[in-house]
Amino acid sequence: MRDVAVIAYAQTPYVRTERVRNEVEMLMPIIDEVVKKAGIPRQEIGFTCSGSTDYLAGQSFSFVMAVDAVGAWPPIMESHVEMDGAWALYEAWIKIQCGEVDSALIFSFGRSSMGETAETMTLQTDPYTMAPLGPDAISMAALQARCGLDAGLFSERDMAEVAARNRRNALTNPEAQLAGEFDVEALLAAPYRVSPLRDHDCPPVTDGAAAMVIAAADVARDVSDKPVWIRGIDHRLDSHQLGSRDLTKSPSTRLAGERAGVSPGKIDIAELHAPFSHQEIILKNALGLDDDVRINPSGGALAANPIMSAGLARIGEASRQISGGAASRAVAHATSGPCLQQNLVCVLEG
Amino acid sequence: MEDTKSPGDDGLSAPHVLEYAYKRSLGPVLGRFFTSLRDGRIEGVRTRSGRVLVPPSEYDPENGEATTEDFVEVGPAGTVKSWAWVGAPRESHPLDHPFAFALIELDGADTALMHVVDSGDEAAMATGMRVIPRWADETVGRIQDIAAFIPEGRA
Repeated sequence: MRDVAVIAYAQTPYVRTERVRNEVEMLMPIIDEVVKKAGIPRQEIGFTCSGSTDYLAGQSFSFVMAVDAVGAWPPIMESHVEMDGAWALYEAWIKIQCGEVDSALIFSFGRSSMGETAETMTLQTDPYTMAPLGPDAISMAALQARCGLDAGLFSERDMAEVAARNRRNALTNPEAQLAGEFDVEALLAAPYRVSPLRDHDCPPVTDGAAAMVIAAADVARDVSDKPVWIRGIDHRLDSHQLGSRDLTKSPSTRLAGERAGVSPGKIDIAELHAPFSHQEIILKNALGLDDDVRINPSGGALAANPIMSAGLARIGEASRQISGGAASRAVAHATSGPCLQQNLVCVLEG
Repeated sequence: MEDTKSPGDDGLSAPHVLEYAYKRSLGPVLGRFFTSLRDGRIEGVRTRSGRVLVPPSEYDPENGEATTEDFVEVGPAGTVKSWAWVGAPRESHPLDHPFAFALIELDGADTALMHVVDSGDEAAMATGMRVIPRWADETVGRIQDIAAFIPEGRA
């Protein structure tokens, strides 16, 4: 295995609605920023991989236009995944492992505000037995939350405390969208949105983009004083049929965590991509994280949930914590699909 | 285009409807499931380890093995394993009044089917409650052939 490090990360401020700038205009400043931070001339970055979805952009092959933000001359080796940018990172990491390239630019973007996000997510479900019934992202998450509540795995108060902590953490993150002090009693007094979920259990709708540069050890040490090493990265999948899964557990996260090497070794922080409050508890259990692990110092996906970037942002935020000296070993996680269907786990070290 | 706003600080905006109009073939397992549904029967498929999957699939999600050719009639009654109360239905939802999405384990099945329960009232919902299908007036071989599940004894 080649040692690979995150050497630079940048993201847009996360907002409810980006009214003026299109995707390319959102990406250009952060790609410029991340390439400058990386210290590798753009034409020397070996590979470019992006993550986005046509279902948000409202047109097919929408990612092709986004290449404008990178500059297509001189010609580049480029790829795209119809997935969160965390999986674009995975492809780039594989490309470096294969020895084909020594560095890569990863970016992801999405403007959820252009549609009804919860209904767009219905398109991820089985098109024969599920999608015709219109299960939206919030209703499916509510089915999962009820399973956990019925099993006594957590309470509605536990869920409210997760939401309050994430949004309190977001107070120190200038790029977060939804930050503040929230009183748990007041949160629990609010009506249900789709019971058993209340508004605070659900993520905000977010527009945003993220970009990252990674490099193999020799390049990374050459250009960076503080490379953040990717010690392990793995992703796994559960069934697409909600009713054939035990929704109180996340076996794919557990397996990805084992393969990525979460244990043994102390974990200082974890950035978990949990769009819904109860999912953070399921993920914490699946990864076997101790109570002293600080979870989501950035505020997580409950503070900003840019679809297609929220997973890459977890890895980016964790790498910033390490390069800033606030942590030496971190777990970052990305998810895709309803009720934590697909999960990627990445272990980072300073 | 009459909804188009003039350019200003908010930029231009216009309505846009996105559709991907694919025509799909169902294959031997879901094809059988939906043909049976049209005829008023709910069928699952048995895995090699003996579990009955509803809805059926061509493979066992536990291990990726092909499922058997043994189709098993299940239900029509079942037990609610989880539910989510939708107080304000969306246009994309199958009912225009409050209802529950639910995971329903039909009698004889080992997995749960996601569908909707038309109970009229959230207070009428409970995990473990018994439900039966309310069939659509016309069945054509699609999941909406079951219009909704309703509490057992309410028919």
